[in-house]
Amino acid sequence: MSETMPILQTVDLTKSFGMVKAASAINIQISQGELVGIVGANGSGKTTFLNLITGYLKPDRGRTLIMGQESTGLPPRLVTMLGVARSFQIPQLYTGLSVLENVLLALAAGAKRGTEYWKPLYRDPWVEESLDLLQQFGLKPYAYRPVAELPEGGRKLLDVVLSFALKPRLLLMDEPTSGVSIEDKFEVMDTLVGVLQQSDITTIFVEHDMEVVQRYSRRVLVFDNGEVIADGKPESVLTNPEVRKAILGRE
Amino acid sequence: MEQRWSLASVAAVTVAALLFVAAPLFVPGWILFLLTLALAKFMAVLAVALFLRCGLVSFGHALFYAIGAYTVGFAHKWFGVREAMLLAPLGLCLGAGAAALIGLIMARYRGVFFAMLNLAVSMILYAILLKLYWVTGGTDGLGVSTPTLLGFVPPRGSFRMLYYYFTLVMAGAVIYLVYRFLASPLGYFLKALGDNEIRIEYSGQSVRRVIYVTYVLSGALGGLAGVLVAFTVGHIVPEYAFWLQSGEFVFIALLGGYASVPGPLLGAIAFEFIRTYASKYAPYAWQMTLGIIMLLIILFQPGGLWAMYEAVAARFGRRAGGVERV
Repeated sequence: MSETMPILQTVDLTKSFGMVKAASAINIQISQGELVGIVGANGSGKTTFLNLITGYLKPDRGRTLIMGQESTGLPPRLVTMLGVARSFQIPQLYTGLSVLENVLLALAAGAKRGTEYWKPLYRDPWVEESLDLLQQFGLKPYAYRPVAELPEGGRKLLDVVLSFALKPRLLLMDEPTSGVSIEDKFEVMDTLVGVLQQSDITTIFVEHDMEVVQRYSRRVLVFDNGEVIADGKPESVLTNPEVRKAILGRE
Repeated sequence: MEQRWSLASVAAVTVAALLFVAAPLFVPGWILFLLTLALAKFMAVLAVALFLRCGLVSFGHALFYAIGAYTVGFAHKWFGVREAMLLAPLGLCLGAGAAALIGLIMARYRGVFFAMLNLAVSMILYAILLKLYWVTGGTDGLGVSTPTLLGFVPPRGSFRMLYYYFTLVMAGAVIYLVYRFLASPLGYFLKALGDNEIRIEYSGQSVRRVIYVTYVLSGALGGLAGVLVAFTVGHIVPEYAFWLQSGEFVFIALLGGYASVPGPLLGAIAFEFIRTYASKYAPYAWQMTLGIIMLLIILFQPGGLWAMYEAVAARFGRRAGGVERV
């Protein structure tokens, strides 16, 4: 991959649900190392955009390219194999397993196939790596507990850990602080951004909390009716009256 | 949770293993027959239990059971082969082979479609076994003569004991292999599949692959079970492929508990004894007896008989200050 090759590129990406345009000719480029926040009102097409990139939805028109490789129409499993991982608005966890086992499975999924694969899941290098990851995200005390015992903020973090454990080039987070209390949301974001800044992972996060986006993103994309109506630095974009009207319904 | 073997667990497994090994010395022949039958059927029950772990139920695994059993019948009828050491792996391979083909379709379906498609395929085999009389013997079935073991023809008096041990060794090997499978990443993905298919796919793992590999393994277990039951019973009929037989496997898995490997074994042994005694003491109501037992299990002990054992073991473990799980 050349240095200038974007991590993610969308070309004329379009998706409609009946009369509703959820994505309307979206053309963006995300470069290596960027931390991009996506904001917009409910139904503006933020999550649809993530679903189109990760293959959960197929576009009606347009293309997606991951590090220059065509990923349009690929199923989520193959998009993941191209180096894209995502967390969800509602955390997608294995609730019947322990916190540690959730992370072990994420590491196992990224491991090479072959005879090694048939060894027990609980193998020392994986357990150590999982515990290290949980330590980084502040979840180590819960390692041996069932997922059901995690508080909502912990579940959100674990959902990101499962994506992070895949060692992606591009990480997509869908509303990482939704459902988290006002007191805890900055703590969750501090933890997430702190770990991500130490890695080389390009990150896009969807968020409807303007304060969170302003504080943590380096670039903001504003969605409205499936269109990107603004793209730039948070301090300039989020103070724009038109943008504020689109997001909040008032200036 | 990761399983660590406590001293109490090691002692319990050792005692159970010794009881199985010493059984022929102190139990009468009819009980030895029931134990052999239970050990053989346990493998087919385990095949069904693997899918129950991830919330899928199959009402068609008698298909592989019948394939294993008819492997013995046809090998003897057409080729004069009755060597147990050859027929057991052959039945296993044919079961796995059939599952490898059928699994290509089954891995695409979930829920009621998975259950009923399995049933449908097994009923196709049942109809074939029934109608192709000149090949399969139809409703008369096929007789199986005493198998040889490494070319050795067991004397009449020791046959039952010899094949009990043969089945016991096979069951031991199956328990080891299935434990290894369940401890592997694929075994955990199987368990996780009932929780969250989306996360599995977004981890770059194929859900279909997990189901497919498990399906092939379950076919192999069903095939081996069929071979061993054919040896034990000595007669094969099309009912081996009938949906009621598949239902019996599901029944036993629920009775013993499907969340563990020993559960189906306990269930298979309990089932054979319950059926035998119920037929003897309530010959016109033995099916009702089984129905009532299933009702009680589902209402009061949904984890099956093995969960009862675990509850007792946990209480003793706590009293002894031992830690079973980490």
